[in-house]
Amino acid sequence: MNTDISIKIFNLTKSFGNITAVNNLNLGIKKGELFGLVGPDGAGKTTIMRLLTATMMPSSGEAWVAGNSILSEGEKIKEKIGYMSQKFGLYEDLTVMENIIFYADLYEVPQKERPQRIERLLGFSNLTPFKDRLAGRLSGGMKQKLGLACALIHTPEVLFLDEPTNGVDPVSRRDFWKILYDLLKEGVTIFVSTAYLDEAERCTRICLMHKGKILMDDNPAAIKRSLGMPMVEMWSDDARNAIEIIKGIDGVQSVSLYGNKLHVAISRSELVDDIIINLSRSGIVIRGHREILPSIEDIFISQVEGQ
Amino acid sequence: MFERIKQMVIKEFIQVLRDKRMKAIVFITPIIQLMLFGYAVTTDVNNITTAFYDLDKTFESRELARRLESSGYFNIAYFPESPREIQPLVDRGKVLCAIQINNGFSKDLKKGISTEVQVIVDGTDSNTATVAMDYASRIIMKYAKDIGSNTPTSSPGINLNTRAWYNPDLRSRNYNVPGVIAIVIMLICLLLTSMAVVREREIGTMEQLMVTPLRPIELMLGKTIPFAMIGFFDVFLVTLVAVFWFDIPIKSSLQIMPLATAIYLLSVLGIGLFISTISRTQQQALMATFLFFIPAVLLSGFMFPIENMPKIIQYGTYINPLRYFLVITRGIFLKGNGIEILWPQMTALLILGIVVMTLSSLRFRKRIG
Repeated sequence: MNTDISIKIFNLTKSFGNITAVNNLNLGIKKGELFGLVGPDGAGKTTIMRLLTATMMPSSGEAWVAGNSILSEGEKIKEKIGYMSQKFGLYEDLTVMENIIFYADLYEVPQKERPQRIERLLGFSNLTPFKDRLAGRLSGGMKQKLGLACALIHTPEVLFLDEPTNGVDPVSRRDFWKILYDLLKEGVTIFVSTAYLDEAERCTRICLMHKGKILMDDNPAAIKRSLGMPMVEMWSDDARNAIEIIKGIDGVQSVSLYGNKLHVAISRSELVDDIIINLSRSGIVIRGHREILPSIEDIFISQVEGQ
Repeated sequence: MFERIKQMVIKEFIQVLRDKRMKAIVFITPIIQLMLFGYAVTTDVNNITTAFYDLDKTFESRELARRLESSGYFNIAYFPESPREIQPLVDRGKVLCAIQINNGFSKDLKKGISTEVQVIVDGTDSNTATVAMDYASRIIMKYAKDIGSNTPTSSPGINLNTRAWYNPDLRSRNYNVPGVIAIVIMLICLLLTSMAVVREREIGTMEQLMVTPLRPIELMLGKTIPFAMIGFFDVFLVTLVAVFWFDIPIKSSLQIMPLATAIYLLSVLGIGLFISTISRTQQQALMATFLFFIPAVLLSGFMFPIENMPKIIQYGTYINPLRYFLVITRGIFLKGNGIEILWPQMTALLILGIVVMTLSSLRFRKRIG
């Protein structure tokens, strides 16, 4: 197998009864990539995480993580990966230090390497002043960083983060991504799942997922260019009611609502005038419009609606 | 592997000892339960409030009243003047027992003619009623014998001479306290084990643990060893209080107690683990624990003899670990039994423990993996 490949997924499928959570997935993720798995709740993100971290067996197919098979070498995979769940997996009645040491013990980190590693992890996460504080008394952002520190104590080759910024304030979120970029420089592969589409733009590669299937897989800039048709932003005081009317117009690919703004993907630019006329017939006034570069969210919505 | 288990155990201890409520469950509840059973829950019958209806009013009838009172079992609180006064006293629960001495009681006694004493008891509490009746008739018979020593009418017949072995005063406390040890340990170990596993699931750390190299068997041992240790400690604690506070006699050297406890804990922890595999929240674990615990106590022989139960239920009690451990603790404390007598119970408990533990671990592994 190619040594540059960190995660290789081959025809991976997982079904629960007659629901197919992951449908015949094929992917290759290179070492040092910051790979973002993006999709709404129920898209199958967590199931993929579970399969790749060898905590769940696939219905069919195979995958290799850090060179080990998820079917037969689960124990080896667990030693090479770090994982952080949505809830950060911390013991709130243990202190910051006790949490880190507990995970160091589980991963059997050699005693003589510990002080140095712990100091470094506490340092980059700015938790040094709080090392004797109970984890339950930390803020959401600090809990997240502690969760990350615990997941990194054994210097994993691949780091899995399952919706890591759920319920974390924007400033802490930015700090968190800074840490991830630092890790990337050290050659760690990061596999992150998120439902926040704005956040996905920070990844080096994005996979849009819907109903167990991959809709798109590219870097954020390429994905944004991929729409292949103009996107127009229109604003109106009655945007909510305008949606249904616009959807009915021929040549409109998708419409989505952002407050009093509408993002409309159209097959050709001239269609804007048709839309405005159509709306005015229903008494809806468009106060302005401009052509924009679509966001990841726009792309995602147009893809899902195009299905 | 051992290093990881050791760290799990240390972590569990830190968590239990840091939580004030947990600490109370582990150290205070056993003592409180023991105190309750030692003092309050007693089947001994004392101070029976009694009405004494004396139609004879002689020295002999008053002497009988005095003897009833001085026995400590009867407390004569009412002296009704007519039979009509007795009825309301019993109806309102003012007295549990009424004793009627007929006119001519002393005259008949002196003549050596047999005479009658009427004893009425409130039969709503059948247990107390039987005991009260038994006490009353014993005292009256004794009195009749003392008085009649010079009368030839007392028949030679059979002289019944009863003795209760192992607990000569028939103190219910002696019988209850060793049983409480078994019950308290069961409750605490069940609760701690089932809750500790479910808590990890609830707070999301279980998901995290599954991704570490920690194996299910290590997790399982890490979740049972600490509570086995706490179980042992509680046995020790409760035994100390039983012996030094309640003066419960220890007839044997207690040497087999640790071994018996270990075998018993095997079943208890196995059941705790099982509960953890069927519960998703701590409340569910708590409910499931009590759903098991209460029938286990009722059908263990702790309060009601197993021999009195319907046959089908009696067979059911064979899978109740408490049933065996009660015999063992009572045997050790009261009878001075050693392994040569208690081996059938210990073997049964060991087999039960191995079966329960194996099934639970298989289920636990399946659920976790």
